[in-house]
Amino acid sequence: MTLTEERPAPADTASSITADRLGRGPQLAVVFAAVVLGALSWAAEGQPNWARWIIVSLVAYCVGIYVVSRWVEGPRRGLDRFMAAIVTSAFLLVAMPLMSLVWTVIERGTNRFDTEFFTETMRGVVGEGGGIYHAVVGTLIVTGLATVMSVPFGLFTAIYLAEYGHGTRLAKAIQSMVDVMTGIPSIVAGLFAYAFFELLFGPGTRSGIAGAVALTVLMTPVIVRSAEEMLRLVPNELREASYALGVPKWKTIVKVVLPTAIAGIITGVVLAIARVIGETAPLLVTVGLAQGVNWNPFDGRMTTLPVYTYYQYVQPGIPPEAGQDRAWSAALVLIIIVMALFTAARILSTVLKPKGLR
Amino acid sequence: MTITDSPPSGDTAAAPTEKTSKLGDRVFSGISLGAGILILVTLAAVALFLFVEAWPTFGADVSEFDGSDTFLQYVAPLLFGTIWAAFLALLLALPLAVAVALFVSHYAPKRVAQSLGYFIDLLAAIPSVVFGIWGIAVLAPILSRSVYPWLEDNLGFLPFFAGPASTSGRTMMTAAVVLAVMILPIITAISREVFLQTPRLHEEASLALGATKWEMIKQAVLPYGRSGVISGAMLGLGRALGETMAVAIILSPADIITVNVISNQNPNTIASNIALKFPESSGLEVNRLIATGLVLFFVTFLVNALARRVANTGFSGADG
Amino acid sequence: MTDRVDTPQTDVAVSSTVPETGPDNRIVVENLNIYYSDFLAVKDVDMVIEPRSVTALIGPSGCGKSTFIRSLNRMHEVIDGAHVKGSVYVDGEDLYGPGVDPVAVRRKVGMVFQRPNPFPTMSIADNVLAGKRLNSKRINKSDAEDLVEKSLRGANLWEEVKDRLDKPGSGLSGGQQQRLCIARAIAVEPEILLMDEPCSALDPISTLAIEQLMNELKSTYTIVIVTHNMQQAARVSSRTAFFTIDGTGQPGYVVEMDDTDVMFSNPKQQSTIDYVTGRFG
Repeated sequence: MTLTEERPAPADTASSITADRLGRGPQLAVVFAAVVLGALSWAAEGQPNWARWIIVSLVAYCVGIYVVSRWVEGPRRGLDRFMAAIVTSAFLLVAMPLMSLVWTVIERGTNRFDTEFFTETMRGVVGEGGGIYHAVVGTLIVTGLATVMSVPFGLFTAIYLAEYGHGTRLAKAIQSMVDVMTGIPSIVAGLFAYAFFELLFGPGTRSGIAGAVALTVLMTPVIVRSAEEMLRLVPNELREASYALGVPKWKTIVKVVLPTAIAGIITGVVLAIARVIGETAPLLVTVGLAQGVNWNPFDGRMTTLPVYTYYQYVQPGIPPEAGQDRAWSAALVLIIIVMALFTAARILSTVLKPKGLR
Repeated sequence: MTITDSPPSGDTAAAPTEKTSKLGDRVFSGISLGAGILILVTLAAVALFLFVEAWPTFGADVSEFDGSDTFLQYVAPLLFGTIWAAFLALLLALPLAVAVALFVSHYAPKRVAQSLGYFIDLLAAIPSVVFGIWGIAVLAPILSRSVYPWLEDNLGFLPFFAGPASTSGRTMMTAAVVLAVMILPIITAISREVFLQTPRLHEEASLALGATKWEMIKQAVLPYGRSGVISGAMLGLGRALGETMAVAIILSPADIITVNVISNQNPNTIASNIALKFPESSGLEVNRLIATGLVLFFVTFLVNALARRVANTGFSGADG
Repeated sequence: MTDRVDTPQTDVAVSSTVPETGPDNRIVVENLNIYYSDFLAVKDVDMVIEPRSVTALIGPSGCGKSTFIRSLNRMHEVIDGAHVKGSVYVDGEDLYGPGVDPVAVRRKVGMVFQRPNPFPTMSIADNVLAGKRLNSKRINKSDAEDLVEKSLRGANLWEEVKDRLDKPGSGLSGGQQQRLCIARAIAVEPEILLMDEPCSALDPISTLAIEQLMNELKSTYTIVIVTHNMQQAARVSSRTAFFTIDGTGQPGYVVEMDDTDVMFSNPKQQSTIDYVTGRFG
């Protein structure tokens, strides 16, 4: 049975398997032409405008490679090359603002990377000078308290979901609510903490502990999610071996399951910390801002690093450069801390993984 | 649960072991259950406390507020600004995020791809306040110098670019671009995951029919990943809706509803408005701000619920 | 013409070295060596596959049969670093010659896989047309419908699905899915059809259906099939090649190739005898 009647004419010749291909030379020529065209876009102004150069070159390359490839290789190959160019251009396009951000923070942030910056507070400082000592203390206290509250909260919830509550309706409800919690905007969490403390202790209260409560609302669902996943990954055979030895369930969890999952759990906690350490909005409404160090989380305002960064930039005082310099340096410190936490999480997850598991 | 045929070495009596273990089990499981219930309580508390704090707003006399707006008049431009900014951010971010995800999953050299993925995840963690100061210090001047005048001159007949073009760059468009850059990593990460999971079998089926790489992606990868991408997009949208600091720093706000994105008069977002006004507010003002927070909570709740629905049901191509 | 090995098993069949422009769709493999990066997976294959016939490739697991068959439509090089040395002539044209487009090769040489893989998001009709749509700009509706019917009839599937052409392809049974994949493959009108263990994921009834289908298809297409099942090879093929491997890490190679009934009743090489009588593999 042949299919030879009414065969629609194919776009490329049916029997030939050779096709003209675009060689390296012409491809590079298109790249070169695109770069030159991009350069021309700012040539009139004398000074290189990097953003415009890159964008124009990318557009020129995409169009150019499509036209050339389509002419030499045919429409299908032309489209294939065009899409490859588009996808690569998208990547480069996205890299630009991110590179710019990192570069800007590094360039402007190193202006105030001096000892004074790390040891002084803002007490009595109006213009030059000042530092982030109090902000670092504040961040450590607030984030530390939040971690202390959210880790047991999140971990025990995860233990319930993974070890006790399999498939029950309650567990499903809790899982849905954890999902909802991950979507709470950070400012709403801050408002909740404010409302909580106001209804309990009266209006206008600002305190470190209130900020910690807000951060706990943000951290706990992250910890629950990752801890639950880690606990589920522990093979059931380990639990059964423990039960068969007569070990009660709670001891099995504490002595067998948790140690096996600990690497992933710690990684999850570190990542949760990384996520909240830069949060500004909830701390703005709960903890506020102070000029000097406040060691007491239960009484009064406290400065934290992200809030410090915000205020130093938008209310820099006189001269404004001094405040803005401080803001950039604080931003750099924030980014370094976040990167360090991420790297630590990465290292921990490989180092702590029990040998022989997966 | 404990099988005590032969007690653990060292133990002699089964009974004490059983009693302490039963107590231990009960305490431990009780704590775990308690923690789980506390989650439900917390969420209920959030809704409840916000509502209690917001309540005085709804009954209060209009004259007690600055500006003498009813709550509806007050929150309408803010709600519009919130949704408008998030929508614009998604419009910019989604196609780029999908393209970058495809790049990492199918086009980049294998060795580089993993580091790129890790790098993208890292970018998702940069604090929003840093994005905010970069936006106002670097991006806004660039856009106001090169882009906004051009838009006003050439496309000014469209209501979006009617101008007058802001010289400071503190516009809705600048904020939307920064928001787009902020939500891009999360959409990219989810999309990349889903593209990498396309079964090899389907990719090879496409190639064996004589498809080019792009044709294979159109035939096998994109249809498979569609629901994942949508779910990622909704998550990104949710993030953008709740984003506070970047908008607070960048936007120059006014009490209007407009689609003009390049002028100095922009509707503010709910979150940014709270951040700007809360520290200095007192009395009924505070209640009103919290009431707007409640509105924001609802909106993000809806968007995230939709995202979950799409992620769970829309799994076409899960078999085979 | 038979490819007979006169030398000990480490060497391989020697056949005609001149590619003949004989009848259509004859495949001449010449000195083919297949690599994964630096690792030689299959060595020194020389064979001739006659047109409009079924040729079976048998041998123990891991001896390179799948690798070899995938090199016949240049699917092998989809894996990073994979390449070949040597030639595969179809109609006198070397598939690995300079200037050859692998995409065009795959239109000429179709493939059916071990596990059925219809596109899950497409309807049955769209699945059949998937390959055709890649190659032609627009197929008008009636041409498309005719092609769908022809291909599905060609795959012995038309009667079973003609009333649900717009339903998803994944809703069919395993055997039906595999026949759908065959319909999809023949819709682009290849000259050669490669089948990589097409029945290993199917039940005996479906297997029988596919084997009957092969019997009909061979009057139009040149079919090469990899199979683990010697009885199947004996049932469907007219020529059989036996691959083996000396050990892990060693390259696979062809021990012997002959008419099927000879291979199973009176093979020349000892290892062929051992495999065919079930002493190993």
